[in-house]
Amino acid sequence: MELRNDNKTNTSMFRSIDWMTIVLYMALVIMGAISIYAASYDFDNASIFSFQEFSGKQITWIGLSLIIGCGILLIDYRIYESYAYPIYIGMLLLLVVTIFIAPDIKGSRSWLVFGPVSLQPAEFAKFATALALAKLFSSYNFVLNHKASNYFRALIIIFLPIILILMQKETGSALVYISLIFVLYREGMSGMVLFSMVCAIAYFVITVKYSMPLIMGIPNGEFIVFVLIILVFIGMLILFCKDLIVARNIFIGYLVSIGIIYVLSLFDIQINGRIYFLSTLIAALVYTSISMFRHRIDKHLITIGFVIVSVVFMFSTNYVFNNVLQPHQQNRIKVTLGTIEDTRSVGYNVNQSKIAIGSGGVTGKGFLNGTQTTLKYVPEQHTDFIFCTIGEEHGFVGSVTVLIIYLALILRIIYLAERQRTAFGRVYAYCVASYLILHLSINIGMVIGLCPVIGIPLPFFSYGGSALWGFTILLFILLRIDASRKERRD
Amino acid sequence: MRKDYSLEKRKYIIGGFITLIVIIYIIRLFNLQIADNNLKEIADSNAFLRRTIYPARGLMYDRNGELVVFNQPAYDVMMIPRDVENFDTIAFCRTLNISVEQLRAYWADMKDPRKNPGYSSYTPQKLISHLSQEDYGRLQEKLYLFPGFFIQKRTIRQYQHNAAANVLGNIREVSASDIERDSYYRSGDYTGDLGVEKSYEPYLRGEKGVEILMKDSRGRIKGKFDEGRHDRSPSAGRNLTLSIDIKLQEYGERLMQGKKGAIVAIEPATGEILAMVSSPTYDPSLLVGKQRGKNYRALVNDSHRRPLFNRALQAAYPPGSTFKPTQALIFLQENIVTTGTAFPCYGGYVNRGLKVGCHGHASPIAVRPALETSCNAYFCWGFKNMIDKRGTKPADQLNKWKDYLVEMGYGYKTGVDLPSESRGFIPNAEFYSKSYRGANWSGNTIISVSIGQGEILATPLQIANLSALIANRGYFYTPHVVKAIQDTTLPKEFTTRRVPHIDKKHYDVVAEGMRMAVTGGTCRTANLPGLNVCGKTGTAQNPHGKDHSAFMGFAPMNDPKIAICVYVENAGFGATYGVPIGTLMMEMYLKGEISAEHKDLEQRMINAKTF
Repeated sequence: MELRNDNKTNTSMFRSIDWMTIVLYMALVIMGAISIYAASYDFDNASIFSFQEFSGKQITWIGLSLIIGCGILLIDYRIYESYAYPIYIGMLLLLVVTIFIAPDIKGSRSWLVFGPVSLQPAEFAKFATALALAKLFSSYNFVLNHKASNYFRALIIIFLPIILILMQKETGSALVYISLIFVLYREGMSGMVLFSMVCAIAYFVITVKYSMPLIMGIPNGEFIVFVLIILVFIGMLILFCKDLIVARNIFIGYLVSIGIIYVLSLFDIQINGRIYFLSTLIAALVYTSISMFRHRIDKHLITIGFVIVSVVFMFSTNYVFNNVLQPHQQNRIKVTLGTIEDTRSVGYNVNQSKIAIGSGGVTGKGFLNGTQTTLKYVPEQHTDFIFCTIGEEHGFVGSVTVLIIYLALILRIIYLAERQRTAFGRVYAYCVASYLILHLSINIGMVIGLCPVIGIPLPFFSYGGSALWGFTILLFILLRIDASRKERRD
Repeated sequence: MRKDYSLEKRKYIIGGFITLIVIIYIIRLFNLQIADNNLKEIADSNAFLRRTIYPARGLMYDRNGELVVFNQPAYDVMMIPRDVENFDTIAFCRTLNISVEQLRAYWADMKDPRKNPGYSSYTPQKLISHLSQEDYGRLQEKLYLFPGFFIQKRTIRQYQHNAAANVLGNIREVSASDIERDSYYRSGDYTGDLGVEKSYEPYLRGEKGVEILMKDSRGRIKGKFDEGRHDRSPSAGRNLTLSIDIKLQEYGERLMQGKKGAIVAIEPATGEILAMVSSPTYDPSLLVGKQRGKNYRALVNDSHRRPLFNRALQAAYPPGSTFKPTQALIFLQENIVTTGTAFPCYGGYVNRGLKVGCHGHASPIAVRPALETSCNAYFCWGFKNMIDKRGTKPADQLNKWKDYLVEMGYGYKTGVDLPSESRGFIPNAEFYSKSYRGANWSGNTIISVSIGQGEILATPLQIANLSALIANRGYFYTPHVVKAIQDTTLPKEFTTRRVPHIDKKHYDVVAEGMRMAVTGGTCRTANLPGLNVCGKTGTAQNPHGKDHSAFMGFAPMNDPKIAICVYVENAGFGATYGVPIGTLMMEMYLKGEISAEHKDLEQRMINAKTF
């Protein structure tokens, strides 16, 4: 009877594992290994399993990942919750130690070398941070919005690893933790924060990218941003403050002012755009603040504040970009935004990776037939630029398939998150989803030339044991927590 | 735990966010992979080095199988501009023995869109052409120091004999318009210029081969693409056997040195041109290799000698009395005269205040002796009687006259297989209606055309062709300088007889007249024992200076092996230069040597200078 009971619990655990996630995971891992083989293929026809080759090593790492994954599934799920903080603190200590004992590899001190094996603790800090954040949110009566100190505690958990990883000079890996903002959003943080971030990025890109020609005496980028600020202002008055009257009056006011400018231009009187926008915005803001006392003031205040901050942000962006950033940093940003062509230094990787992907066509050139891949035109092709191989050898069909698999995996994880009965499970799952969202967006965006070059791997795909194990642990802990969701009785 | 359902909805925002990003990325991938073809080309130029393998250009042999034109290797320095990194310019220049300024000039030429319209930084471009063997050796050794550069082997021409430049032509680099016209050519290729090199270009050039090599990101060659499956081996150009007898050609050029003019010798039975001399001429090897540009300009600018002007077929001269046999044929065929019809000649043709002078001979005179003595009056009367024949219109008669001449190869290009042939000129009725502005004209007013003067113009080739026509007694083949093309047959137009509508018996009469001219008439010098030469002199008046000296003839009379025309500008009577040179040419060709009694004559001709 005892045996049968055991079997039964094992079977139920086995059954309640989310197999769909495992299938998606395996698909990505296997395609990754094949792509790595293609990326390092060099005409001497080494076997895909040869340990001399990246692909052979990667297959070894995959084997070890599966063992790690099975191990995680066999461990009692309560361990993760109970030991979340100790794991987190242990991992922070490891990061600290790494700063001091890691050798300098291309300017970064993030690798711990144990004989032939090197590990990157930053990759393992991801699941530890996720556990800690989940633990925080599952503490008794914790509601993010109830106290400002709750935000503070959450941000501490997020920013400690960021600071330590930045000290290792691994900017890319550090950036990944910013994605946890999605978790905070899901747990109640105001959507305004996300909206502001989107606005900030948009304003920044537009201001920096478009500096010519001048419209009304100001750069066209600045002009566009001013228009956007006005549109966002009116939009917020309508959707956020529900103050249709003020919105309408401001809108009419702008129409009138445009008419005046047009009439003046007929008499050859030019008005400086900056003066026009600033004066009209101040007038509109003053009008809004006078009329806001008829309503709930807080939303109007937020709106007014948002507009003021936007304008200040725009001007400071320009200032910081032109006067604070080093020329090489400016270049890097400009290359990314496409304002300057660069095929040799900064833009070389991106240019070559675009060529490789672009040459793939609809169905690609076929496995091992990618000329750009096999002839090593794209640097880092087995690691951060691995997506090129898919793009060149399997074409549009292959690239889209891979993207769809990632999207399916992320959406599946969000689905898993929402079916958790505990805040711990849910927050942890959202952490996993957030990491993947950021990794996918930045990595693919970089390879296809839409994002700046930030060296972070494509999860499950890129060559490297640390990244693979880090993500495997991250995902399998989620699977283990999810598998036992019904056992919890809260 | 109580669920906050308003917050749960935020899963849609997060899920929507990543979905949106994936959609944007898919659109971007669509643009890169499907909409933008540019990237594929860049990828190919990244990875592939398409190395052209040039075929050996076809060789040329003379009619006796002697090699005339062959190939020698030449080396060009090529580069793919975008693969060229900063290199040691000084070392590069030292290796090639050039100055930095020269290198800069080559570089500028390469990038000049007018000189090199096919310039692209992604494809191989020619920087320097025609390296010497030593420079080639040195550069080959140090090539590894200069990534992006490579050496392209090609062939340029070499000539066994300093002769026949006007027939052979030469090769030059293709121009922008060549590339535009014919997709076979790429910048830096060679194409035939002038002569056989130009007219037989499609046969001579062969088919280029291509070798597709893969190069990695550092420009290192990683072997053949797809195991060479997409390579194409070149097929060599076809060899040509010329109809030219190079010995005879050389001899003709010697005889013509110091004189302006042309010799054309044709084998009547086939229309094959045995020799085609244009004088002054030039050494064909001047137009080969590095010095070509400079030498070519010098030849073009030599406006006094005009060596590039192929007088044998580009110069249209008044044929003078060499034209008379055509008139005899037409009058006989048109029944204007019979062999017995005689016209009076007392010092010339005198009619209605018009006089065409003649020289002393018996009168009246019939067709054979008229040819023998080259009587102007006879042909003037014949012409007048034909054009002004009662019951006909001069216009119709003149056009009929013209049609015979056209059939005999005058007035239009003969169709010889060499470029830039002149058509000469034979007037028709319309021409005179226009030039007389509607006023009446008659055979009398245009009488000088009957003796090959006036408006009549013909090339030495056309005159030689007439000689072949009479030799054949009634037909000729379009003259040509190529006897055979390797692995294929000659174009049909060179193996089809062209037969004017004139009866054979009339040719016999004319041939007899021409035989009489040699035995007892105007060209007695040509009376080679045992060869039965037939001939006709010509002394063409010319408004610009001294008369031109001309001769046409063939031999032997009843088994003709050679038909010839000699035309020497501003050299006086036909008998002074035309006849002796024609005689020596025929003797050389038919006997293989010059007899002792003609040695003096030979020396005199070689040494004579007429300009």
